[in-house]
Amino acid sequence: MVENVRELLKAHEGLKHEVYLDIENSSFVPADVLEAMLPYFNQRAYGNPTLTHKPGWEAFEAIMESAQKIAGYLGCKNLEEVNFTPGETEANNLALLGTTLQMRSKGKKIVISEIEPLSVVHVAEMLAKNGFSVVKIPVNNEGFINLEKLKESVDRETVLASFSTVNHEIGTIQPIKEITRIVKDKNPNALVHTDASDAYGKIPFNVQETGVDMATISSYKILGPRGVGALYVREGVNIERILEGQIGTQKLWPGVENTPLIVGFAKASKLMFEKFEENVRHMKKLRNMLIEGIMGKIPDVRLNGPKGEKRAPDNVNISFLRCEGEALTIELSLNGVYVSSGSACTRRILQPSHVLTAIGRRFEEAHGSILMKVTRLHTEEDIKYVLEVLPKAVERLRGITGSTVVE
Amino acid sequence: MSRVPLPYSQKILELFRNPKNLGKMEDATVSAVAGNPQCGDMITFYLKINDQDVVEKATFESYGCAANIATSSIVTEKVRGMKLEDAWKISWKSIAEDVGGLPAVKFHCGILAVGALRRAIRAYYKMKGQKPEWLPEELTFEEKQALEEEELAKILAKKMKTAEEGSKNV
Repeated sequence: MVENVRELLKAHEGLKHEVYLDIENSSFVPADVLEAMLPYFNQRAYGNPTLTHKPGWEAFEAIMESAQKIAGYLGCKNLEEVNFTPGETEANNLALLGTTLQMRSKGKKIVISEIEPLSVVHVAEMLAKNGFSVVKIPVNNEGFINLEKLKESVDRETVLASFSTVNHEIGTIQPIKEITRIVKDKNPNALVHTDASDAYGKIPFNVQETGVDMATISSYKILGPRGVGALYVREGVNIERILEGQIGTQKLWPGVENTPLIVGFAKASKLMFEKFEENVRHMKKLRNMLIEGIMGKIPDVRLNGPKGEKRAPDNVNISFLRCEGEALTIELSLNGVYVSSGSACTRRILQPSHVLTAIGRRFEEAHGSILMKVTRLHTEEDIKYVLEVLPKAVERLRGITGSTVVE
Repeated sequence: MSRVPLPYSQKILELFRNPKNLGKMEDATVSAVAGNPQCGDMITFYLKINDQDVVEKATFESYGCAANIATSSIVTEKVRGMKLEDAWKISWKSIAEDVGGLPAVKFHCGILAVGALRRAIRAYYKMKGQKPEWLPEELTFEEKQALEEEELAKILAKKMKTAEEGSKNV
């Protein structure tokens, strides 16, 4: 099989331009972030931060300084509230499982939405198999959760509510402050968790202001290294660990801390936040250029998710009718544009993206969807290139579809 | 709902980039469809068949992934000049081999292509009011699978619609 992949890679030789827009699924690490990390692999701070020697103390210092920075960007009361994990998936698992383990004697109900990431949805399903009742709040066709249903659903049995601040696929910015208030009004003991991975560094997000108890953030979604994320847990909120072992500086995650990745996460955060307004303006400009360019140049397309200020500044998600998504990702890749699709063809089973079907997209619309995210480092030239390549790709594939699909 | 790496073969990539016998055939003797847009996989075959029951020409249209396009393309190449009796015997496994192997999650693409071909052959004899001895009454594996995939997609699509109605327990 790896032979096949070598051939696939060979087919990409000689590309004149490359644009990586699949930030949802992984990202590149910019040179300045990498540079900040490098000394921590072999020159300093390579010790275990809980041990009594210089490389250990250096690691301790580096981790605490990184946590301090991130705590500042999140609006935490103190750096102890930032718990590093190996990523968004692990932080979401920790939030859901850690809370339900801690509070299982107080109630057995959790509330999420229909469009949460799989690291929330699948954990909720696992809890449902183990005696918890799970309510999934529906969303409207822009992905906003039904607040009336939320009010009806939270009760004395509810121990946790988990809603993303920004939806990872369609960029819907939820009114997370209002959601938190509704949950707390109905049950002050219920904890509120938000996956803020697509909010952190992209929209104003402050844990004090929103009032959430827990928030997940991810490094690679802001162009930090993969393999590191964090769970904010408000001071005074107790949740259980879901892994056991040697506990070091991270009281909720055992094992040896990965200092270089944590340093990289903090550096990426700094680059995102020290020019926050400028970065957001830049992303919005490119996002609009991409959306307007596609809608203007290509017929029979649908924007998935809300428009304008209700949408994350980096998110572009568009369905191309009569054009299958997986085929489109390959066609684009062969032309140097890297994106992902909500098509079932990229998955093991026939179901396309649960987010797109939850907002009322028909299967055939979801199959032809493409997700792209722009970053502070993309350029207008990048977007122009995408707008040059994409119409041709869609046209060729629609030619193969021919009269097969009649809308 | 997990994703899998898809190390497509060189042959699949080649046929994806340059599919053979693409497009609707206006003077086709018969055509048949398998899959539907809900599955994200749909193939139409057009066959021109002469009075000796030999396929003179076959073309296709495909709404689907790279494997879908490649397997459809290879079927059209393979059946050209074949007697329908021989075309009937083509199995999805041989199609999978011809495209240099299919990843396990893409077996259904080969199955769908063969399913569509066999539907076209059945449609042809139905149209002629004939029933050759070699043509089985019962649906073959590939035809059943195509039907199952279509049914499953319909059920899932329906399930999604009812799920929109309100909050529910998992």
